[in-house]
Amino acid sequence: MKIRKLIAGAGFLAASLAVAVTPTTQSVAATPDDMLVIANRIDDMVQLDPAEIFEFAGMDLSQNVYDRLVSFDPHDLSKGVVPGLAESWTLGDDGMTYTFTMKSGISFHSGNPVTAYDAEFSLRRAVLLAKTPSFILTQFGFTADNINETIKAVDDKTLVIKTDKKYAPSFVLNCLTAGIAAIVDKKLVMENEKDGDLGHEWLRTNSAGSGAYKLVKWKPGDSYILEAVPGYWRGDAKMKRVVVRHVAESATQRLMLEKGDIDVARNLSAEDVKSVESASGVAIDNDLRGRIMYFSLNQKNPVLAKPKVRQAFKYLADYKGMADSFLKGQYTVHQAFLPLTYLGELKDQPFSLNVEKAKALLAEAGHADGFEVEMIVRNAQERLDIAQSLQNTFAQAGIKLTLSVGTGKQILGRYRDRDFDIYLGAWGPDYPDPQTNADTFSHNPDNRDEAKLTGKLTWRNGWDIPEMTKMTDAAVVELDTAKRAGMYVQIQKDHQATSPFVIMFQKIEQTGRRTNVNDFITGSAVSDVHYWTVTK
Amino acid sequence: MTESTDVTSGQPAVSTGRLSLYLKKIASLFFTVSLTLLGLLLVTFLIGRVMPIDPVLAVVGKRASNEVYEAARLSMGLDKPLYHQFFVYITQVFQGDFGKSLLTSNPVIDDIARVFPATLELATVATLIGVLVGVPMGVYAAASQGSWFDQFVRVFGLFGYSMPVFWIGLIGLLIFYGMLGWVGGPGRLDIFYEDMIPTITGMILIDSLIAGDMTIFWNAVSHIILPSLILGYYSLAYISRMTRSFMLEELASEYVITARVKGMSEQAVLWRHAFRNVLIPLITVIALSYATLLEGSVLTETIFAWPGLGQYITTSLLSADMNAVLGGTVVVGILFVGLNLLSDFLYKIVDPRARQS
Amino acid sequence: MTQSSTRSLTRWLRTDEPASRLQARCIQVYNGWQDLRSNKLAMIGLIIILGLVVTALFAPFLAPQDPYAQDLSRRLLAPGQDGFLLGSDELGRDILSRIIHGAGTTLYIVLLVTLTAPVAGLIVGTVSGYLGGWTDAALMRITDIFLAFPKLILALAFVAALGAGIENAVLAIALTSWPPYARLARAETLTVRNMDYIAAIRLQGAGPIRIIVGHIWPLCVSSLIVRVTLDMAGIILTAAGLGFLGLGAQPPMAEWGAMISSGRKYILDYWWVATMPGLAIFIVSLGFNLLGDGLRDVLDPKKAQS
Repeated sequence: MKIRKLIAGAGFLAASLAVAVTPTTQSVAATPDDMLVIANRIDDMVQLDPAEIFEFAGMDLSQNVYDRLVSFDPHDLSKGVVPGLAESWTLGDDGMTYTFTMKSGISFHSGNPVTAYDAEFSLRRAVLLAKTPSFILTQFGFTADNINETIKAVDDKTLVIKTDKKYAPSFVLNCLTAGIAAIVDKKLVMENEKDGDLGHEWLRTNSAGSGAYKLVKWKPGDSYILEAVPGYWRGDAKMKRVVVRHVAESATQRLMLEKGDIDVARNLSAEDVKSVESASGVAIDNDLRGRIMYFSLNQKNPVLAKPKVRQAFKYLADYKGMADSFLKGQYTVHQAFLPLTYLGELKDQPFSLNVEKAKALLAEAGHADGFEVEMIVRNAQERLDIAQSLQNTFAQAGIKLTLSVGTGKQILGRYRDRDFDIYLGAWGPDYPDPQTNADTFSHNPDNRDEAKLTGKLTWRNGWDIPEMTKMTDAAVVELDTAKRAGMYVQIQKDHQATSPFVIMFQKIEQTGRRTNVNDFITGSAVSDVHYWTVTK
Repeated sequence: MTESTDVTSGQPAVSTGRLSLYLKKIASLFFTVSLTLLGLLLVTFLIGRVMPIDPVLAVVGKRASNEVYEAARLSMGLDKPLYHQFFVYITQVFQGDFGKSLLTSNPVIDDIARVFPATLELATVATLIGVLVGVPMGVYAAASQGSWFDQFVRVFGLFGYSMPVFWIGLIGLLIFYGMLGWVGGPGRLDIFYEDMIPTITGMILIDSLIAGDMTIFWNAVSHIILPSLILGYYSLAYISRMTRSFMLEELASEYVITARVKGMSEQAVLWRHAFRNVLIPLITVIALSYATLLEGSVLTETIFAWPGLGQYITTSLLSADMNAVLGGTVVVGILFVGLNLLSDFLYKIVDPRARQS
Repeated sequence: MTQSSTRSLTRWLRTDEPASRLQARCIQVYNGWQDLRSNKLAMIGLIIILGLVVTALFAPFLAPQDPYAQDLSRRLLAPGQDGFLLGSDELGRDILSRIIHGAGTTLYIVLLVTLTAPVAGLIVGTVSGYLGGWTDAALMRITDIFLAFPKLILALAFVAALGAGIENAVLAIALTSWPPYARLARAETLTVRNMDYIAAIRLQGAGPIRIIVGHIWPLCVSSLIVRVTLDMAGIILTAAGLGFLGLGAQPPMAEWGAMISSGRKYILDYWWVATMPGLAIFIVSLGFNLLGDGLRDVLDPKKAQS
């Protein structure tokens, strides 16, 4: 009797287990040869209109679905701007009129040919819709009222753009490589226009591009699928299908990568990178991104405003120690405000941890015994780790650091209100031109409290720099690119020597991939991921 | 027990008096249900308005100018009094319009149609496991009351009630996917099978069968087995315990004793007599546990990256996508009320005792 | 207490002819206790819960280390290593100490919910059942509405509206868990409402409030206690779930759900960080379930029926 019951119970368990065991052979199979399977955090992607996309996951999609007039060469980003949908361009004698000549024979996924009228429409549309990233274009003086004159297609092949004053051409062109300048299919978009929205509502969930891939399906917060479009002008993509699935956890991404369920894992934590590196069939790529980690001294604080004190702090960060321990693989030491790979990058690293020198500087400033100071920092693991390291090294020079930890919103609120002593945080560039960082790190036209230039880090730190502001203004309008690069190098050198910003690190993105996946280019600091370069 | 002849003797003649009584009952039921649903809508609506998140800002973005902001606020009807907004909302809901989701740019109703099959599939498989394992366990536990098997079923059930699902899910994934490789990882399919078969029902197990693609079917099975076993454990714990107590009551009744005295085999007594009578209340229990699973088990879906209703509502909630939250909650509420109603109805129609009272 | 006084107390409790109402009540409780004591599983549960209470009360003395003290040089150490009995977490904090301090958090949640949801349910249910009519209809509709909500999602919504934090999490749980108690209390009230002795009290001129509070409440309490004990595990699990989703207790507070949440990042290489607090939750929930199960057998006249 009892045995019978036992068997009955066991039977059910066995049955359910059997179901579980059967398919195991399939679940370890590798992904197909012409398909690229990626795990990434894509829940920040809320819509797909290039005129509104301003977050990483969306930019990645835009990069592969849309083309721009000009772009970077993914295989050699340092080459600078190269032709995209425009085969050439000229700058008029006034230094303000850009004339683009479109390539011919290129069509959108719909089959419509790509013309200058599409480019005109796309740029005007970005200005008219006035979504968040539109400032990248409107900073050249385009407004809803003047775009009919300032952005104009002359014929199918010629587009003329007129800025409101002279700018460095590299600045203008760099901005035209940004996602906001993606060229959309005018005919297709306008067929789907509703209530004069320039097709915005439709384009939020659909695509109308000329890129290597077209969008097959987007399940928000879950996945998107791209399909290669044959006859792409830069050569057919080898991966016929790209599937990107949202996988939030680093640990899960790592498991899937180890199992071969995915080809690429894009959000591995340092811990997981360390463990996965040794796994067979897995490789790790390091690529520099634009994010800069720094701390800054509020010049409203009379002690921190002393030049010698400012300098002392630059010798009180254990740059190498941090980069080699808890930030290993995630950040590299970098001490200038332009990210490496940007035009005008500065590789100098004049500072290292040197307590004696810092002490001497503090003594010269009259603070041989040190002082007490507060640092505000967001409640995020790596920042807290950095803050604790700084606390430790500051203490060696007699500076007692208290940490005020808060949510991102609280900390940013205090930073913008100039209500702090020291701020620890990060800055990420908005578009691939030095101006994006120079404008905030070395430009402060009005330091008064009433000016409320809360968008500028210089103002937030109360750092009054009429000279450097002028230099920055000059660099933005320098027509000669090489000369312009030199100007940024000079500004950054001065900045290193005098500023209240202690720039410590630049972000490294670590991507895990199966070893059979090649040329997965993540775009460094200036661009985004390229799927069409990938081979297996 | 004499009333039970009512059921077995076929359809009783329905007198006009009885008919009007039924109609009256149905009318009052209808009234009750619509009142409940209205209340549900009101509470969700109020939560949406109380949330310390600016719905306008979510639409226009942080850099929007004051004019843009104000225009959006007006177009969203937020300047009108609350009761007016509620009325507008109700009218839209009755037309099946929950508005658009901010997170996905899709109509909320489309989103729900997309994510709900995932939840339905998981809940159904879990309930199947719960019923197929839980019912026999409960029956045999009752049949051998006080035995070690009975004790085992009790403790097994209590273990089920005590396990933090997000924890056991993590550990399960680690062991069965990470270490042993017996089951598929998070998600409903291996990623490269994504969108390979046409979506008909949205339930991959069924869609793959329709498409005749057994590779995808087995892949889907390998993915659903772990989360459904974990969820199934909960419904199993509940169902086995309820089955046991229903059976105990039934086994103590006179006719069972009579049957035993007559020398009927134990299996026949258990299944043919006692269990048949237990079936009716059991349906209620199963419906209830099914309804609970359909709510979308937020935590299980989070752990297993299961793109279902629970996860949809949670992520929407955390990103202040109120249209989506309201829509999702209302749909779940309607389902819940509906299933309760259905089981009530079944119970009342089939069970003579309940009908009497 | 001496031998003889113990014996006389036992005799007092065992008499068949109680001399006072107090004695009768005491006998009832005593008999129940005897029943419960013979239930091994329930006793295990009771011991677990007593263990939780003791741990919570004496946490500062029991914990070997400061639960908040970070030491980045000694992070993610395995159990037993370097004096960390259950290992150290991602910030080098002692997991054992954090679990011990987390017991207080759990107990706090349990107490707060116990003091709110069943009481609210009791009031609504008894008033509804005793007064009947429109009051009943209205109150029961409200109860139904709350019953129709997805529980965890409603709790999530409340927390999102009120702001993350442990008190708000408790409030959200209470707001979602009172309706079953109201139903239960109402059902109990309906069975006693028309009893002769309630009618007698009413004839003596007692008002509804006095009858409800003085005579109906005491009758509902025992079944409520069973229900609450059985639900307690669910409450702990929900609170931990909220903590896991980042909506409950906020870091660095030692709370088991949040500990699992932060430990899940490391689960592949450092399994103990998430496993230990999970075990703690499991054991405590099991304790409440075992005790509740035993209590039901003892207090429910119909025995193992639910």
